[in-house]
Amino acid sequence: MNGAAPALAVEGLCVALGGRQVLRNVSFELEAGEFCALIGSNGSGKTTLLRAILGFIPIDSGRIGLDGDAPGAAGRIGYVPQKIALDPSLPLRARDVVALGLDGARLGPPLPSKRRTAQVEQMLQAVGAAGFADQRVGLLSGGQQQRVLVAHALVRRPRLLLLDEPLANLDVRSTAEIVALLRRLSREYGAAVLLSAHDMNPLLPAMDRIVYLANGSAVAGRADEVVRTEVLSSLYGYHVDVVRVHGRVVVVAAEARDEIRDAVARDPVHTAPVP
Amino acid sequence: MFSTFMLHAWIVATMVAIVAGAVGFFVVARRAAFAAHALPLGAFPGAAAAALLGVNELLGLAVFCALGVVAISQLQRGERSEVASALWLALSLAVGTLLLSLSGAYAQSLYGLLFGAVLGISAAQLLGVAALSALALGLVALFARPLLLESLSGELAAAALGGPSRLELIFLGILALSTTMAVPVVGALLVFSLMVGPASAARAFTDQPWRSLGASIVLALGTVWAALALSYLTDWPVGFFVGALSAVCYVAGRIRGAGVVAQAA
Repeated sequence: MNGAAPALAVEGLCVALGGRQVLRNVSFELEAGEFCALIGSNGSGKTTLLRAILGFIPIDSGRIGLDGDAPGAAGRIGYVPQKIALDPSLPLRARDVVALGLDGARLGPPLPSKRRTAQVEQMLQAVGAAGFADQRVGLLSGGQQQRVLVAHALVRRPRLLLLDEPLANLDVRSTAEIVALLRRLSREYGAAVLLSAHDMNPLLPAMDRIVYLANGSAVAGRADEVVRTEVLSSLYGYHVDVVRVHGRVVVVAAEARDEIRDAVARDPVHTAPVP
Repeated sequence: MFSTFMLHAWIVATMVAIVAGAVGFFVVARRAAFAAHALPLGAFPGAAAAALLGVNELLGLAVFCALGVVAISQLQRGERSEVASALWLALSLAVGTLLLSLSGAYAQSLYGLLFGAVLGISAAQLLGVAALSALALGLVALFARPLLLESLSGELAAAALGGPSRLELIFLGILALSTTMAVPVVGALLVFSLMVGPASAARAFTDQPWRSLGASIVLALGTVWAALALSYLTDWPVGFFVGALSAVCYVAGRIRGAGVVAQAA
C-alpha cells in the first residue's frame, strides 16, 4: 500500500485478566480496505483482543499501532459491540443513533446542522437503512439494528472498524447481507474491517485475511494459508483435521480425549468425532 | 392565587419543574430511577444533621448528596447499580433516624423535608434555587450528547470517548445538584415522582430524543402548575397533587406507548 502505515498493527500482544493469560504473543497487521475475520471458539480471547485494540483494557506487553498511533485514540475506531440490547422504550430513531456516531462524544447542546443531517442521510443510504431511518431503533429487527450500528460506527470515516460477533442471532439471509455490506463498505471507505465470529463459513467468500485464535494464541494470514490441518494442529497443540464438506469448512478434533470432546460438544465451530 | 406569597411558589415550582423534567429525561433513559429515589431520600439526613449542628439546611443536603454520589458510584464497581443505590439508601436512612432523634427536630420540619414546603419560600431561597437550577441545566446541556449515547450503550460511549469514562459520576453529580435544589422545595419524596413521571410519559409521545426531553419539561411544568392551582383551590397539600399528576402522566404515557408499539408491530 505505497509504504503507508498499516491501519492496524498488533505486535507480540500479551494480555492477562484476573491472573489468567488471555492473549499470548498475538501479532498481525491489517491494511486499509482489508476485510479480516477474527475466528475462534468461545473463550479463545476474541473479545479481549478487540477490547485491547479499543483501549478498554491495559495490555501487559507488545504493541498496538493504529495508523501509527496508540490504542484508545478517541473516535479513531468504529466499533459495533457484541449483543447490544437496544431499549425499545428509548425515544431514539435510527437516524439519531447514526448522528450520535458523528458527534455523540461532543460537548454542548445539540444544535441542528444541515451538514450533519446530510452526512447522516448519506450514511443511512450507504448501509441500506434509509427506509427505516425514522423508526424507533429498539423496535427494528436484528438485521436492521445491525445496519444502523454499522452506520453509527462508520459515519466518522474511521480507518479501522471492529465488530464483535455481529452475525450472532442473525438468520442466514441477514448474515449474508451484512457480510456483503461490510465487505463493500470496507472497499468504498478504505476502512480495515476486523470482525469476530465463531463460525468462519459465512465469511470465507468475503475475507481477505483471517486471524485464528485458540487458547490465546493466534495465526494470521490468508484463509488458504491458515485454515490447514498442520497450521491449526500446531496452534491448538493437538491434532485437528480441516475437513471440507458440502462447501463448508469444518475443523474436527481427531483425538477423542474427554476434555476435547466436551469442549467440542459445547462449541458450534467444531464437529465432534463420533468414536 | 398570585399574591407575593404565592408568586414565590410559582417561580420556584417552575424552576424545579424545568430541572426535574430535563434531568428526569436522562434518569429514565439510563434506567436510573432507583438512584433518583435513593439520592434525594438519602440526602434528607443531611438536613437533620444541619439542624443538629445549627448550619444551613442546604449545606447539609449538599454534603449528603455528594456522599451519596461517591458511595453509589464506588459501590457500583463490581456490584449491580440498584444494589448500590439500595445500600446507600438503607445506610443514610439509618443515620437520618439517629440524627433526628439526637436533634429533637420537630415532626413539622421532617414533614417539610419529605413532602416539601413550596408555599414557604423566601426571596433569599429563591435566588439559591435559581443559581442551582442554572448550574444543573448548564451541565445537562454540556453533557447532553455523551449522556444520551451512554444511555444507548456504555460500550458505544466508551469507544467514542476513547476508553472508560466518568459519565456515570457526572450524571450522579447532576442528579445530586438537582436534588439539593429541589428537596427543600418539593420534598425528598416528590422530587423523585416529578423526575420519573413526566419523563417516562414523554418517551411515548415522540421518537425524537431532544423533543422527548422538551416534552418531559413541558409535562413537568404542567404537573407543578396544575398542582399549585389545585392546591390553592382545594386547600389540599401541593405534594398530593404533584405525586398524583405525575402518576397520571405516567399512565397516559403507558397507554399511548402501548398504542405506538402495537402500531409498529
